[in-house]
Amino acid sequence: MGYQVTCEQAEAVFSSWKEQYDIFAPIRMEGEGCFSDTDVIRYGQPDRLSDIVWDKKSDYSFKEVLLKIHEVLFYFTEDQTTVPKGPEKEILIFLKSCDLHAVKRLDQIYLKNGFEDFYYKRVREKAKFILMGCETTCDSGFCVSMGTNYSDNYDGYVKLEADHALFDLKEGGLLESLEVLVSEAERDLNNAAKPKQITVTPDYVKENKEKVTLPKNLSNESFTKEIWKEYGSRCIGCGRCNFACPTCTCFTMQDIYYKENAKAGERRRVWASCQVDGYTTMAGGHEFRKDQGDRMRFKVMHKIYDYEKRFGYPMCVGCGRCDDICPEYISYSNCVNRLAKEEE
Amino acid sequence: MGLDVNTKKLKKNAYRVSKERGIGASRIRVPGGYLDARVLGMVQEIAEEYGNGFVHLTTRQGFEIEGIHFEDMDAINEKLQPIIEILEINQEDKNSGYPASGTRNISACIGNNVCPFANYNTANLAKKIEKEIFPNDLHFKVACTGCSNDCAKARMHDFGIIGMTMPQYDPNRCVNCQACVKGCKSLSVGALRVENYKIVRDEEKCIGCGVCVTKCPTRALTRSKKKYYKLAIMGRTGKKNPRLGEDFLIWTDEESIIKIILNTYEFVKEHISPNAPGGKEHIGYIIDRVGFEEFKKWVLKDVNLLPETKIKECIYWNGIHFDR
Repeated sequence: MGYQVTCEQAEAVFSSWKEQYDIFAPIRMEGEGCFSDTDVIRYGQPDRLSDIVWDKKSDYSFKEVLLKIHEVLFYFTEDQTTVPKGPEKEILIFLKSCDLHAVKRLDQIYLKNGFEDFYYKRVREKAKFILMGCETTCDSGFCVSMGTNYSDNYDGYVKLEADHALFDLKEGGLLESLEVLVSEAERDLNNAAKPKQITVTPDYVKENKEKVTLPKNLSNESFTKEIWKEYGSRCIGCGRCNFACPTCTCFTMQDIYYKENAKAGERRRVWASCQVDGYTTMAGGHEFRKDQGDRMRFKVMHKIYDYEKRFGYPMCVGCGRCDDICPEYISYSNCVNRLAKEEE
Repeated sequence: MGLDVNTKKLKKNAYRVSKERGIGASRIRVPGGYLDARVLGMVQEIAEEYGNGFVHLTTRQGFEIEGIHFEDMDAINEKLQPIIEILEINQEDKNSGYPASGTRNISACIGNNVCPFANYNTANLAKKIEKEIFPNDLHFKVACTGCSNDCAKARMHDFGIIGMTMPQYDPNRCVNCQACVKGCKSLSVGALRVENYKIVRDEEKCIGCGVCVTKCPTRALTRSKKKYYKLAIMGRTGKKNPRLGEDFLIWTDEESIIKIILNTYEFVKEHISPNAPGGKEHIGYIIDRVGFEEFKKWVLKDVNLLPETKIKECIYWNGIHFDR
């Protein structure tokens, strides 16, 4: 159901949502960027709709809301384990279309990949999604190439303009808050600005600056391509591409024993990166992929080949964050285009 | 009639007496070495109209316009006026050029306008200090450098201001990739270690260089909201005893530094040798003569140090002694 409301009314709706939901959205963390006096846009809990960064893509994705960077799986003592509580409140996540498509990828890995992941599931079940439109394309994204530019499977769509806000809400809890506001405004004869019921269509991008063609004939032969050597000499293995990616889902385990009492401890899982040292390290120090070029190849092939072979659609959603964040200016999208070009 | 010029007045007005009779050079101060490119054209114009067409980029990041005839100084001072105004240099009388030259241009590395390692905007701090301490006839040298790499050679100055940041660590964002540990070890002092898969920072060792922050791929390590500085003092070159500046304050702030520099002018006025040639004596030599305790008493007057500031209670300088 679509409505046009004033910005104040929109903030009132947001406040009532906040009572029911833990709301996560991209916000600007001042001074927390990599370099001095630079900001980072990443997911946090905004106080107001206007705290949300609407006009820029976040540097890090929503992924950390559903899949914590660092998550304690259980605490252990000598003969007992305790699983920490899951989220109590429902969760509302503001995200763009590329990211909403990434949710499907996370679900695929954590819910539809043989068995359901207990920790992911208990968060995911509580999550609802608010789509944020894209009026214009970002610089690095190639969502149109990946078919992720449009979404209609949202629980709500919100657009905050300078003098009004637009809502398109599916039936349920989110809509109720708005309907309460509407009926209050109807009764209030002095209030000139009544919410208007209108058709709201989400903004979405029809063309990107960046266009990517996926190679059609990738195979194990692609492993030996020369270009991996080049990337191997450029990549520094920092893992930023993986950490910023909304579809990377790897984690590693950590068992720790508390310093003051080694008979108690916790088991955690934390994000892992296939570009960072240690990812393929086995007992005895053997590593499957020691060279950065091999690691880059593994990542790219997973995004556009292996995953698709298993699930029928590519993993990459074309958000372009990996290109934006790479300190060595390695462009994943260019790499994919180069692979496609080599096939011509 | 011979050329009759007051060289003391001329030098105070930021002109140099050159080795060629009747010819000097005009010195233009550029705080922080940061300027509107329009100034370049103005410098060119003066050099071509009044000089020999050549300009020296000074070691303190100013310009020195060569081949100036002393009789042109008034005309040049008028030409310098827009430069002085664009660079916001404190001045007493318009069109009279620079009112002093003793306290030298505040130099700076490129700082966080450009450099990924810099922990603050060095040009802005240089300008702020310039506003506070210029004009002054006393011979003070101040430099601002963005991080402990000290590209500005701040440790060769009476006051070397070195940018620091206090790393802020969020263990919940840390994936134990150890990029910070490796970075700190290879590029800095090795102040980080891993305990239970999380990072532990040795606070005694950490020099606040910020390398760990730039290496962190997840924003587990970020910069402190507050900007911190290290104040290294009494570095110098010279014929007697060149030496590197020693740390005086660590984890200090801009206000304390500026107050300490201003207090040092009072200290020097009180203690400078009456026989100092041209009224010029390195502050370091004055401290050598009167003792560090006396210096400290003067410079810490009315300074409110941050609770986290570490102060060196006594400093012994080293360096090369040619005078012993």
